[in-house]
Amino acid sequence: MNWDWNAVSDFMPHFWDGLLVTLEALALGSLISFALGLVWALLMRVPTRWVRWPVGAVTEFVRNTPLLVQLFFLFYVLPEWGVTMSALTTGVVAIGVHYSTYTMQVYRAGIEAVPVGQWEAATALSLSVRRTWTAVILPQAVRRVVPALGNYVIAMLKDTPLLMVITVLEMLGQARLYSQQTFRFTEPLTVIGVAFILVSVLASLLLRTLERRLVR
Amino acid sequence: MSVDTTEQSVPTPSSGGPLVRLEQVSKRFGDNTVLDRLDFSVDAGKHVTLIGPSGSGKTTILRLLMTLTEPDEGTITVDGERLFPASEKRRREVRKKIGMVFQQFNLFPNMSVLRNLTEAPVSVLGLSKDEAEHRARELLDLVGLADKCDMRPGALSGGQQQRVAIARALAMRPKVLLLDEVTSALDPELVAGVLDLLRDIARSTDITMLCVTHEMNFARDISDQVLMFDSGRILESGPPEKIFGDPEQERTREFISAVL
Repeated sequence: MNWDWNAVSDFMPHFWDGLLVTLEALALGSLISFALGLVWALLMRVPTRWVRWPVGAVTEFVRNTPLLVQLFFLFYVLPEWGVTMSALTTGVVAIGVHYSTYTMQVYRAGIEAVPVGQWEAATALSLSVRRTWTAVILPQAVRRVVPALGNYVIAMLKDTPLLMVITVLEMLGQARLYSQQTFRFTEPLTVIGVAFILVSVLASLLLRTLERRLVR
Repeated sequence: MSVDTTEQSVPTPSSGGPLVRLEQVSKRFGDNTVLDRLDFSVDAGKHVTLIGPSGSGKTTILRLLMTLTEPDEGTITVDGERLFPASEKRRREVRKKIGMVFQQFNLFPNMSVLRNLTEAPVSVLGLSKDEAEHRARELLDLVGLADKCDMRPGALSGGQQQRVAIARALAMRPKVLLLDEVTSALDPELVAGVLDLLRDIARSTDITMLCVTHEMNFARDISDQVLMFDSGRILESGPPEKIFGDPEQERTREFISAVL
């Protein structure tokens, strides 16, 4: 094995492009999964089972099928139905929706962990259902689940290379492209490996700061 | 402490008669009958204390009145309006006349002390933020915690938290105040402060109080009437001098001598 620094510097412009795409997919995927997961969790508490049933069935289905299959489905099947999205948009949607079925369970646990006395106090003060959720329950529930949500951000980061299969040139995609053109594998793969570690460490630090501010 | 309550809580029952009325109310949890065809009523402005061994149904009555649980049978009326049976929409309206202080305080930990007191007056009663804060500061002054406005409840002692909870209930200007063992979770040295505050409120306002407590001296001080419960029924009732001094039932005598 020989290491060529020239190959590293040669690869770097492609790497930056890939890093940008990875971060974009991660940030947007996280936002979608955080928002949609909360929507699922709230819908699962609606009294009528005509809402709970379909939501439960769909999310169960999404959670228990591979993200890779979902990516292929969205990318190759949806266009046949007249829905066309760019490759990156497709990837972001797939990651966001897939992980929303996990974050919904995090939110559910967070909501259930709010003491029953908080609900009772809200009733005793005649707060509306809406106010009870927005002012009392959710602020306390979300605060509790930030660490768990953070774990899924890291998991999402590690799943972004899957986007390569639908032609998104994120970090692994760029590395592979470079390797195919130059027959150098060690340098690009090492660079993106280090980058994955750095991004996940940075993301953890960011989340921990957020956690500390929320838990005050 | 002086209380300006001239505009606060001058209960005027809209249909005359008692402010709170329970008729043939039963409540069961599985095979366990907690309340057994209970009848009683409380006139406006009166202070009624519910005593009796634990599991005798006292707390369930307060929870029924706060609509935290539903009776299996019977009717409950507050200020001339049906609470049970009634639609949830009606119940929401009647509920505004009732305030409750809990054993575990149940303050909102995500809000400042001041927000705890202004949240419901603003979002439920439609007070302006300024009005609500003015009212909140007066009440915090009344409970002796005016300097804690901006703190989170978690930074206060149990006794302070309970005084905030009392102020929070009063901020809604309820006609009926329900007190559910409000000193049971407090360290012994903090009990007196909370009870003194309640004595003060009982003396200086016209608010109707229903109080579940094991503090017999407190019950004797503030009560117009004492109800002795046993196994979901009222064993006997009367003014505090009679219940504490010369009860008719042997069971009452035993209970009182056991807790005093």
